[in-house]
Amino acid sequence: MEPIRAFSGKVVSLPINDVDTDQIIPARFLKVTDKAGLGANLFADWRYDANGAPRPDFVLNRPEHQGAEVLVVGDNFGCGSSREHAPWALKGAGFKAVISTSFADIFKNNALKNGLLPVVVDSDTLQRLHNLVDEDPEVRVTVDLAAQTLTLPDGRSVAFPIDPFAKYCLLNGVDQLGFLLGLDADIAAYEAAHPSRVNTLAL
Amino acid sequence: MTQPQTLFEKVWAQHVVRPQTPETPAVLYIDLHLVHEVTSPQAFAQLRERGLRVRRPGRTLGTMDHSTPTTPRNALGIIPVTDAMAAAQLDVMRQNCRDFGIPLFDLGTENQGIVHVIGPEQGLTQPGMTIVCGDSHTSTHGAFGALAFGIGTSEVAHVLATQCLLQSKPKTMAVRVDGHLRPGVTAKDIILAVIARIGVGGGTGYVFEYMGEAIRGLNMEGRMTVCNMSIEGGARAGMIAPDDTTFEYLAGRPLAPQGADWDRAVARWRALPSDEGAVFDNEVRIVADELAPMITYGTNPGMGMPIDGRVPDPDGVKDVNQRTALDKALRYMDLKPGQPLLGQPVDVVFIGSCTNSRISDLREAANLLRGRRVAEGVRVMVVPGSQRVKAQAEAEGLDEVFKAAGAEWREAGCSMCIAMNGDQLQPGQYAVSTSNRNFEGRQGKGGRTFLASPLTAAASAVNGVITDPREMMERVYS
Repeated sequence: MEPIRAFSGKVVSLPINDVDTDQIIPARFLKVTDKAGLGANLFADWRYDANGAPRPDFVLNRPEHQGAEVLVVGDNFGCGSSREHAPWALKGAGFKAVISTSFADIFKNNALKNGLLPVVVDSDTLQRLHNLVDEDPEVRVTVDLAAQTLTLPDGRSVAFPIDPFAKYCLLNGVDQLGFLLGLDADIAAYEAAHPSRVNTLAL
Repeated sequence: MTQPQTLFEKVWAQHVVRPQTPETPAVLYIDLHLVHEVTSPQAFAQLRERGLRVRRPGRTLGTMDHSTPTTPRNALGIIPVTDAMAAAQLDVMRQNCRDFGIPLFDLGTENQGIVHVIGPEQGLTQPGMTIVCGDSHTSTHGAFGALAFGIGTSEVAHVLATQCLLQSKPKTMAVRVDGHLRPGVTAKDIILAVIARIGVGGGTGYVFEYMGEAIRGLNMEGRMTVCNMSIEGGARAGMIAPDDTTFEYLAGRPLAPQGADWDRAVARWRALPSDEGAVFDNEVRIVADELAPMITYGTNPGMGMPIDGRVPDPDGVKDVNQRTALDKALRYMDLKPGQPLLGQPVDVVFIGSCTNSRISDLREAANLLRGRRVAEGVRVMVVPGSQRVKAQAEAEGLDEVFKAAGAEWREAGCSMCIAMNGDQLQPGQYAVSTSNRNFEGRQGKGGRTFLASPLTAAASAVNGVITDPREMMERVYS
């Protein structure tokens, strides 16, 4: 995976709490066997009408928000299913970071494995971001993973937490599967000490 | 003296390959990996790209459930797949299982079914195990005292290739349900009440342990219903200490230990329950005697209330975001603040899903439907959780009860819970559903879902409107 660098990006505001993964990418789009093309169906039921035409009033469809790389949402983003198609769709639509006060556990893990940064801020900062985008749709923020800071247009920086291992992997382009494969000796030792008590091959 | 431990802490400690450090998460060994067609193709593709094999095919089991049709078999006994994308996805699953040596319960074969129904059914799900699947309802298996949670597709690849996951240790929450359930109130109502209490994000970062007299009093299928919906409260996993109820359920199942192995296993399992004095990071308490059948009114599982309640008014909600969310939900549902849900007309009743598609769920629904007819114009779908559940139900004559009542008796699968197989609501339709999610469009674009128990679903099917099952049960049991 490509190492993540600090970036400055345009922001879209979607001030809705508890956005579930069925809204991020509805289940009928999960009949694919690869990751390509999911961005077109991001928020499909909010974004398109019954005939598949873009709804002009939905924020992602507004011309001033095209090319946005940061999505600012409500509390508890990404609840519901484990589908990694959700971060794939967000990445596919060009997003590099999502900002909320909290993320559902599985979504957060999935996002971090795909270079989509789940940026957690306090509720005042979140509200301020929504207000800033309302006032100026061209507003940009800077997300710096190495420094773990989010910098607002007024120059104010807020720190955000991130799992240290995920951070290390993202900054250095380390892939977690490669890391696990490197632990073969530890895994083999565990297996030798804990013989399997199930065998699906016996079915 | 050693520190008293919770059930979760014991299972976690027994599976640590490498402990957590300040720089790295723990490396956790996974005993059982369940795989289905929707969240695995990209993981197998990754293994192929890197020239990797599945490390432990004997700890892995594939099934088909999400995109599979539940329509009747053809003259050759085959379930036809008419959706080309679904057919291609199922073919990829077959090819992956063949190439990587993983056993597969193929569509329509005798053991096929919903991934969280087949594991327990085969005796694969056992106390003290770590179990994962690319599906958030993997929490179901925690009913046996296993640590079981959903993972994403990247993690599916990790487990396929290494049988391990990188995990940070979650916190623990005791969910205590004291007292006794009243007639007509079920496991589904317990978990809907818990989620209504804590909200859909209340369990984020936690593993639940359900405990208390009412939990001990549930059979295994009821316990699975409770653990299944842990994720709807934000908890990746929910667990229940194994006891005699657990062991009786497991004994004699195809992959449960046999003979002397069984005795050793039970001795091991008896050491798993949380120690006296074990400390939880948080606790919530519910009194079962106070519970009524529950129903949801909104667009997430936390928007639930007693069935005889009234839809809440957004104006009464202080928090602006919650008020906005409630207002948005009621507009989607086309419901008015203050209105009762009893008497609300419904178009569809769905009885099925990994939450409520097991034999005891079907028995409960059938008991209520026996000798009755579903209301004119209401579509009622009964979808057994597995081919084995279907066969058992047919052996008991439940299929005849459903058909005589005017319900559809279908093949096994996830069906209208996730609505990606053609079983779906039409825009604007209302459904009472025994499934787990009432998100916007979850059961079909524009569809509106009321989550409830199998009893409430069956009673509502008969009247064609949302109905308190207790009204009908006096006649059932008298």
